Amino acid sequence: MRRSVFERLMDGPQPVGRIALGLPVSRPAVSQHLKVLKEAGLVTDRAEGTRRVYCIDPHGLAAVRRYLDQFWTEALDAFVAEVEKDDKGGSPK
Amino acid sequence: MKTVTIAPVRKTLTVKAAPARAFEVFTSGMSRWWPPTHSILKSPFKEAVIEPRAGGRWYHVGEDGSTCETGLVRVWDPPGRLVLVWQLGPDWEYDKDLDTEVELKFIPEGDGTRVEFEHRHIERMGEGAEKARAAVDAPGGWTAILEEFRKSVEGA
Repeated sequence: MRRSVFERLMDGPQPVGRIALGLPVSRPAVSQHLKVLKEAGLVTDRAEGTRRVYCIDPHGLAAVRRYLDQFWTEALDAFVAEVEKDDKGGSPK
Repeated sequence: MKTVTIAPVRKTLTVKAAPARAFEVFTSGMSRWWPPTHSILKSPFKEAVIEPRAGGRWYHVGEDGSTCETGLVRVWDPPGRLVLVWQLGPDWEYDKDLDTEVELKFIPEGDGTRVEFEHRHIERMGEGAEKARAAVDAPGGWTAILEEFRKSVEGA
């Protein structure tokens, strides 16, 4: 469902009401998905009069990549430390 | 045909251990090094499991015994090569339709091992590449993403 919400935005910036049209979930549920997408850096929003318009964050995917890069740096450092710890304290070669 | 892609995350590491050892710690020993904060379990992280075969599951186990899928094993070829399917979205939500690949090559080098790491098809996390293609020409669409892509490729 979150992917469907995201795909709606590919047609251009839209308010929640229009995004929710035709989707089998309530408008609050759509708002919730948009919130998650926004926190993930994939979607941005802006106020337009009394309504809020959502659009794809053009840098969202780049942000995802940066995030994963950082995550794997941390994880692989821990992996190397673990391999070398075992090697030192473990069985002789 | 325009397709949005994002440069894979690539890392090269050197470890002071034989490839077989590095492969084993990466897979059966994953619970000992996986950052416990990076799990979508509701209960505290206890274990990361990679079933040792192509087609095997890759999942996390919580202290209460609950499990959360992370992905699958695509290629199981010890001690030289491992390909995992990472199925967590950018919000760490499991999505059975998401297919991004994490590949590791364990190459002997001197007394140790050179580990070549790659996480690719990251663009599938935002949307299917096919769907993205349709959006490239949409107003306010993907031009900027392609620009990011171009920069990251040329800067690499």
